[in-house]
Amino acid sequence: MKVLWLQAAGCGGCTMSLLCAESPNVFDTLGGAGIEFLWHPTVSLETGAEVRAIFEAVESGEIALDVLAVEGSIARGPRGTGKFQMVSGTGRSMLDWVVSLAPKARHVVAVGTCATYGGVTSAGGNPSDAVGVQYDGALPGGALPVEFRSGSGLPVINVAGCPTHPDWVTETLLLLNEGALGAEDLDAFGRPLFYAKHLVHHGCSKNEFYEYKASAVELSDIGCMMENLGCIGTQAVGDCNIRPWNGDGSCTSGGYPCINCTAPEFEEPRHSFTETPKIAGIPVGLPTDMPKAWFMALASLSKAATPERIAKNAVADRVEVTPTIRKPKGRR
Amino acid sequence: MTETPRLVVGPFNRVEGDLEVHLDLAGGAVGAARVNSPLYRGFERMLEGKDPRDALTITPRICGICSISQSAAAARALGAAMGLEPTPQGAGMAALIHAVENVSDHLFHFNLFFMPDFIRPVYADRPWFDRAVARFTPAEGGAQRAAVAARAELMHILGLMAGKWPHTLAIQPGGVTRAPGPRDKVRIETTLRAFRRYLEEVVFGGSLETFCAIETVDQLMAWETGDAGLFLRIAADLDLDRLGRGSGRYMSFGAYPLTEGFGFARGLWDGALGAVDFGAITEDLSHAWMLGAQAHPWQGETRPDEAMRDAAYSWCKAPRLNGQTVETGALARQVVDGHPLARALAGGGVLARVAGRLLELARTQAFMEGLAKGIDPGAAFMEQGDLPEAGQGAGLVEAARGALGHWLRIEDGRIASYQIIAPTTWNFSPRDAEGVPGPLEAALVGAPVGAGETTPVSVQHIVRSFDPCMVCTVH
Repeated sequence: MKVLWLQAAGCGGCTMSLLCAESPNVFDTLGGAGIEFLWHPTVSLETGAEVRAIFEAVESGEIALDVLAVEGSIARGPRGTGKFQMVSGTGRSMLDWVVSLAPKARHVVAVGTCATYGGVTSAGGNPSDAVGVQYDGALPGGALPVEFRSGSGLPVINVAGCPTHPDWVTETLLLLNEGALGAEDLDAFGRPLFYAKHLVHHGCSKNEFYEYKASAVELSDIGCMMENLGCIGTQAVGDCNIRPWNGDGSCTSGGYPCINCTAPEFEEPRHSFTETPKIAGIPVGLPTDMPKAWFMALASLSKAATPERIAKNAVADRVEVTPTIRKPKGRR
Repeated sequence: MTETPRLVVGPFNRVEGDLEVHLDLAGGAVGAARVNSPLYRGFERMLEGKDPRDALTITPRICGICSISQSAAAARALGAAMGLEPTPQGAGMAALIHAVENVSDHLFHFNLFFMPDFIRPVYADRPWFDRAVARFTPAEGGAQRAAVAARAELMHILGLMAGKWPHTLAIQPGGVTRAPGPRDKVRIETTLRAFRRYLEEVVFGGSLETFCAIETVDQLMAWETGDAGLFLRIAADLDLDRLGRGSGRYMSFGAYPLTEGFGFARGLWDGALGAVDFGAITEDLSHAWMLGAQAHPWQGETRPDEAMRDAAYSWCKAPRLNGQTVETGALARQVVDGHPLARALAGGGVLARVAGRLLELARTQAFMEGLAKGIDPGAAFMEQGDLPEAGQGAGLVEAARGALGHWLRIEDGRIASYQIIAPTTWNFSPRDAEGVPGPLEAALVGAPVGAGETTPVSVQHIVRSFDPCMVCTVH
């Protein structure tokens, strides 16, 4: 399977994350399955005229393209010209190239939240008028129209994340390579369900604190960060705490909140990223699928029932009170 | 009268981000070069009006390869505005996290970005060619596969202490969000021992201390082992010492600020060591598609020229120190820090820049080991503070590619102005109002261009010797 990878208006971090793939390393993970880069800006040898020749061969249909992977937002400015990102050496904008090459590909994969929905590149006043490949924030229709379908009949596959976990990208490509990823395997925002059917909350190392709403008050406290520090892991899709990052990690285990980076428009939460917006002391965003009345009832009950160990540890920067040890009902 | 032959080189890959180079040719060489950074995203504008703390989430996403450098600069700028210093242990852990990223970047530059150019058919008759092909063929070469595996494993330190890489929120003005325990310390030490073994077996083929003890260019060129030895053989054969010479002016903001001082010193080298006058930094807009006047970042603004006037040719501003260009990066840091080999290489050029990076890779390993050994699991890793309603602060750090500065002004509790100058903004700047070319533009003059070359290989060596990060450049 041949993949042409374009870096549009983004930071390149999804590629950098992809190159952290392990067991085996990224080259063996993809290459072993026969997945190769027709061209990738970070790893391929070809530069300049050689690259232009590859683009032109794909555009003319001379080279059959299995996957067009786009990383980064599509900058439409200034005034719809796309000139905020000209593809160097070609005299044409990235917007123009993506619109031209996408129909040639059997699959189009948007890698990272910039490419899927606009992401951080579209934050603030969106200075470059950036959109995703097939979405503008949560609205369907981006650089490519709502009705766009690639050669396989699929819409753009949205591997969202800021950055994407390396496995989200490799497994999407591996599944496509095996013909095992269809429309039914994507959620309502086009994200692969194999990671989007989970919440970041699942497997979070702070789950016991959450059970009792034993909350961190300041960054570096080890308690649950939902109540005060802006964590929306109970609403954010992703298996970040089921499959770790960079060995052992995740945002929440690193001591900072989940900011819902797999979601459209996460870049503009309308409050500080590390502060939970509240109305009358109650967090505005409740856990997904949780009725408010039940949440309130359970929260007040569990707060009242919080063991002292958990209450103390929640506002400390390390475990200060260890679990009580129960002696076995011994034979002696 | 004949037209000056011109070449436009692009897409220019194996640099981070977008780059286009325009060459005027004269007598089989580059007569003049203009460097275009063809992407504008406008991060400085996005930040205006936001809660100052949000800079810690937004600015890392300027760049996926120097993400932690951006975090560190933002945390320092906020800290300066808050009057808050990290705790000593917090500063040490932030430095370790940052060093892991910088080392990873050097490793990738050498193995993935720079060395593959030597497997081009133009070199097929060189005695070292088959070895280069075996080591540096993209995705297949032994050195490349070992490098991605070693880097991924080194970054377990980031999984442990920074949650993930890139784009962590772990580095805060008062320290780091996670306090390590004793098992984290031994884990980090174990990971670093494995990385040392990789460096000594694969990259250097010898002890790091022996490499760091090299003092002269002759001693350097006598190093034969590992992939570093292969590079030096190639450099001698192709005379990379003379290719892409620079101004010899080097600036470092000082790397890894710790309570007891910098890991690598702060200063300016211009044949002698001096101090950096931070007030003498300006950004010239004469050849950038930007509107406004030349200004210090405290007064600077970012207003794109949507008409993209003909007199300009890049989205990159032209930073100058005392009105002059300076080169930044690993070589600059090591020259300013006073390492004898770096001083011997201070004339610059392709060999000097790449050797400077290898030297720093070896020296930073020992620095990281020292930081790991110094972790005190009982200490405080974070100091809390309050944001002022009004104030300003500069965050000056050293990214892998050189000096990175954030200049933040707060008014009414919000970001009033946020100006950023990245390392490659210095190195790949366009001309200024005096017509003085930026460091890369100057270094390209005289590069040989063979008959029929559309993407001259000498130009690629010079450009990649700087290890540009274009996404930072234009943010």
